[in-house]
Amino acid sequence: MTQSAMSVRFEVNGKPAEVKVEPRLTLADCLRHHLRLTGTHIGCEHGVCGACTVIVNGEAVRSCLMLAVQAEGAKVVTVEGLSRDEELSPLQASFRRHGALQCGFCTPGMITTAHALLTEEPTADADRVREVLSGNLCRCTGYVPIVEAVLDARAAYRKPGREDRT
Amino acid sequence: MKLPQFEYACPTTIAEAVALLAKSGGTAKPIAGGQSLMPILAFRLATPSLLVDLRKLPGLDKITIGKDGVRLGAKVRWRDIQDDERLRTAHPLLVAAISHVAHYQIRNRGTVGGSVAHADPAAEMPGIAVTCDAEIVVVGPSGSRTIRAAEFFVAPLTTKLATDELITEIRLPSWPAARRWGFEEFARRRGDFAMAAVAAFYDRDERGHAKDAHIGVIGAGSTPRRLTPAEAALNGRPVDAAAIAAAAGAASAAVDPPDDIHASAEYRRALVGTLVERALARAAA
Amino acid sequence: MRNSFIGSPVERIEDLRFLRGRGQYIDDVSRPGQLYAAILRSSVAHGRIKSIDAKPALAVPGVHAVLTAKDIGDPVPTINIRLQPLPQLVPFHQPVLAHDKVRYVGEPIAVVLAESPAIAEDALDAIAVDIEPLPAVADRFASSADKTLLFEGHGTNLAIKYDVTHGDIDAAFKNAPYTRREKFRVHRHAAVPMEPRGLLAEWDAAKGKLTVHGAAKVAFFNRRILAGQIGLPEEAIDLVENDVGGGFGARGEFYPEDFLIPFAARKFGRPVKWTEDRRENLLALQHARDMDCDIEIACTRDGMILGLRGTTYADVGAYIRTNGLVGPRNVAQFLAGPYRIPSIDIDAHVQLSNKTPAGTYRGPGRYESDFFRERLLDLVAQDLGLDRIEFRRRNLVTKAEMPYHLADIAPYAQDTEFDSGNYASALDRCLKEFNWTEKAKLQGRLIDGRYHGVGVACFIEGGAAGPKETAKLVIESDGMITVYTGSSAIGQGLETVCAQIAADAIEIPLTRIRGVFHGSTTLLKEGFGSYHSRAVVMGGSAILDAANNLRDEIRKVAAQRFGCAAADVTLADERIGGPGGKSAKWSDFAGVSAEGSFTNHHHTYAYGTHAVHVAVDPKIGHVQIVDYVAVEDVGRIMNPLTLKGQLIGAIVQGLGGTFLEHLVYDENGQMLTGSFADYLLPTASDFPNIRGFLMEEEPSPINPLGAKGAGEGGIIPVGGVIANAVASALAPFGVQPNDLPLSPSRLWHMVQAAQSAKPQAAE
Repeated sequence: MTQSAMSVRFEVNGKPAEVKVEPRLTLADCLRHHLRLTGTHIGCEHGVCGACTVIVNGEAVRSCLMLAVQAEGAKVVTVEGLSRDEELSPLQASFRRHGALQCGFCTPGMITTAHALLTEEPTADADRVREVLSGNLCRCTGYVPIVEAVLDARAAYRKPGREDRT
Repeated sequence: MKLPQFEYACPTTIAEAVALLAKSGGTAKPIAGGQSLMPILAFRLATPSLLVDLRKLPGLDKITIGKDGVRLGAKVRWRDIQDDERLRTAHPLLVAAISHVAHYQIRNRGTVGGSVAHADPAAEMPGIAVTCDAEIVVVGPSGSRTIRAAEFFVAPLTTKLATDELITEIRLPSWPAARRWGFEEFARRRGDFAMAAVAAFYDRDERGHAKDAHIGVIGAGSTPRRLTPAEAALNGRPVDAAAIAAAAGAASAAVDPPDDIHASAEYRRALVGTLVERALARAAA
Repeated sequence: MRNSFIGSPVERIEDLRFLRGRGQYIDDVSRPGQLYAAILRSSVAHGRIKSIDAKPALAVPGVHAVLTAKDIGDPVPTINIRLQPLPQLVPFHQPVLAHDKVRYVGEPIAVVLAESPAIAEDALDAIAVDIEPLPAVADRFASSADKTLLFEGHGTNLAIKYDVTHGDIDAAFKNAPYTRREKFRVHRHAAVPMEPRGLLAEWDAAKGKLTVHGAAKVAFFNRRILAGQIGLPEEAIDLVENDVGGGFGARGEFYPEDFLIPFAARKFGRPVKWTEDRRENLLALQHARDMDCDIEIACTRDGMILGLRGTTYADVGAYIRTNGLVGPRNVAQFLAGPYRIPSIDIDAHVQLSNKTPAGTYRGPGRYESDFFRERLLDLVAQDLGLDRIEFRRRNLVTKAEMPYHLADIAPYAQDTEFDSGNYASALDRCLKEFNWTEKAKLQGRLIDGRYHGVGVACFIEGGAAGPKETAKLVIESDGMITVYTGSSAIGQGLETVCAQIAADAIEIPLTRIRGVFHGSTTLLKEGFGSYHSRAVVMGGSAILDAANNLRDEIRKVAAQRFGCAAADVTLADERIGGPGGKSAKWSDFAGVSAEGSFTNHHHTYAYGTHAVHVAVDPKIGHVQIVDYVAVEDVGRIMNPLTLKGQLIGAIVQGLGGTFLEHLVYDENGQMLTGSFADYLLPTASDFPNIRGFLMEEEPSPINPLGAKGAGEGGIIPVGGVIANAVASALAPFGVQPNDLPLSPSRLWHMVQAAQSAKPQAAE
């Protein structure tokens, strides 16, 4: 019952990666166990919880619903790629300030999703933030502080001259 | 919940993809966005021998708007529909329905072709296809054929698509600017499959009365379907409270929803009536 | 204490790693050469195992071994009850692998060990299990009927009956001017933390040492169970706590896998890793709630409660799990909540059924009892024509009555009393923040197709379970301080709060705390973990004790060095000083350490009130939360940022349980909600309007911090307050929601039933 392993090349957090994987390996498992990027978490493996969200070619995707072999040639960004050196990014700092995490398990998916959203829509309003984050389950916070944290982080993504929608 | 074993191929032409499907004798499955297929594999409800990845197939990701209507390439994603400003006038019902599909991340990968092929009875895209008399264009080893949406969906997760065929395009007939429409969905949570949803539209004759009413429902039976008795209750009449109530009553009577863990059949039957009432009230407003 | 980190909204230490993907959860840990385990679980709810044939699975390439009960030894070990064990319950302890019978879908039958998780899962399908099915006992009513028995030798599915008594119940009901008897029911749902469980076990044969990573909550207790089962001294086993993705009562209890994975590692001499997937998590992690009652209240006509009697029933599933008795006990003992009920007589039935064994979920038994009682109080107020606020106020235990003795529960000897509180003050604060007077005017009004209603419910939250906690503080070579605590981190921000307490108690800046290490058996001689909202009171008080001891130790060492009396030594942020200008750096005291402990046999009782404004669409059965206000007095607040976070989070969990979450079984004992598409957790767009307010008017007199356990209160009154508000909104129909959940379909049916009963109703 062995499967032919396939060689896959893509870019992760700005660096090239090459892995040999079975076709059945998900991108989530590939990142976690082949590339040791364990910040991407697996909470359900059936595309509901959002903990495994990563950014592929600029768009947030569920890495449990994508095969590693489908990432050939893609640019993948994980939570580990969202803060340089020892500083928290403005989004991460906002999460901390607002108490937007407790156990931290859903947090990487929240951060990657919110980062993708604010990069595309830096003036997203509370309803839009709630709509987008409704694809990411959190069992600890009740979401109220997460939404506040994302709204509060918008300024860091905004180009000068644009106002928040409220 | 690791996936079962399968081989993987990533062809660069439609002919090559179809040949791979045909060669497998029905054991291969195409994968595009994978947003419906991957969970099925995770639960091992399907164990294909081969996945044929469609991501390199050219020309299937376009939204074409012309006099004959809207053509959605099979690989058009939910977000492409949401991002396309033209569709807000070219097919506002489609845009409204698609806003209920799943979540942000899924919309970045899920495709219209995948949804139609998957044929979940509570999914929006099959519902819009049926309600709008869409045509589904498919291609197989012996060439291309067109299937009316009304005939395409056979049962839950079952369609007229043969195992060696691929969907290439969904054609929605043109949408007159003056058309009245409404879309109402109720789900347990935002982004969940619908408990039920109703898509309704009608045109108006010179007296302002409804004509050519289309009322489609999802989530209340084994396939999406049009509710002909409800349409009949509307056609030729002014769309007032009485006509709306008649259509809603006819809709409830016309559906035969199942019991499941989320709701009783009685509830769903009543819900369909309520949603028809609200969709038509919105259309008439 | 010079500092005031305690009480400040200190940003969390943990967040620095969690936010950057640097947390280390159990599945993030691996060892070279590890085998991967997968568990074969019963697909039959009730049956006799005829045969298990693992040979086809062993033929799958990459499969190393398959373990069944006969590989474990005779007798197959069972799992002890951790809380409130009784000898008569030993027959209902769960075996680590099923051998003669299976009693629920999901019960472990065999373990596959393979070279990858996927191969292990492939092999599960290849194991042939022959089970002769027996009729399933699929709900509490079937359990009580005793037609089919889970344990034939026991003669009944009633595992045990408790008796809760207080006052003179016969006198209370004799000649009572008013009585009302009602049935209420809370459905099965569960904690469902976001991180599935996992374990990684290693056996070092040379040292005779077994190390198990992935422990949580109660590592020391679990080590004791494992040592007994596996035949090793406790000292030969270490349980290591990693970052834990949520507990809420379920995570960290001793489950069958907590034996199976270490056993396999020892047997095969290779590290063994197991990561639970979500499908098995929903079947295997303990379920909760699933209780109903038939209770009767006696009152005077002016609304003084005289007595409460009746029966509570808990469906605890197929076995009595480690903490499976907590809910059934709490629901009965705390049925009176914060109210003065002079006479109480409740029989609490603990019933077995062919479902996943139940255990605690945040506010165990308390969520249920609050729903039962607060619903009943609204019905009584309506009968007696009393304002429901005034009715409650009249019966709340007053500050002057503290400490207030609670009902006793037999066969346990232990009794308990409220430590302190001003319940009316929290009620008043809640009404004020909610603006009750104005919002109450909306009751029953129809606006834009929705009926508006308001509800209120009061609660108490028990915390600070004993008997003990330990701590240790060590001065490091750079003068920083490391904190060790026997409490466990389950995502609640333990490290931050312990650091705050330590910094205040040692009187140093927070930045001088190097780190807080917790839970693992490698850190301290004994520890008691985190459950029953105990970490701050017990763990925090132990840190206070250790800090006092550390300061004494520093003084002693400095006195020797400076040649002075210990009393003349002064401790400042940067330096330790003595008379005559002598001083030394903290780093000069590297290696100085102190231990501390706190022993306590009393509970703390935080308390509060919730109020909610709902708008109900009666045609769809949807309930919108327009405004939700929660007030809780926790005695003393350690960190308002983390506490408020837990309060809001607990409320949304409660709303999930009230509206969305339901573990549904069919009549064959098959669970129908085995995915996140079917078991519906609340999402970001479901409940946006939640406000929380914290009070610290009444510190606890039973611990030096004045703190009360406070992690669970937010969930306790949610079912009751929501149901009361929905009843208020749907008063024109006469709907009385006495069964949860309030799913759209169920609520719609309640409206239909009420309409057909009252054809003249509104609309």
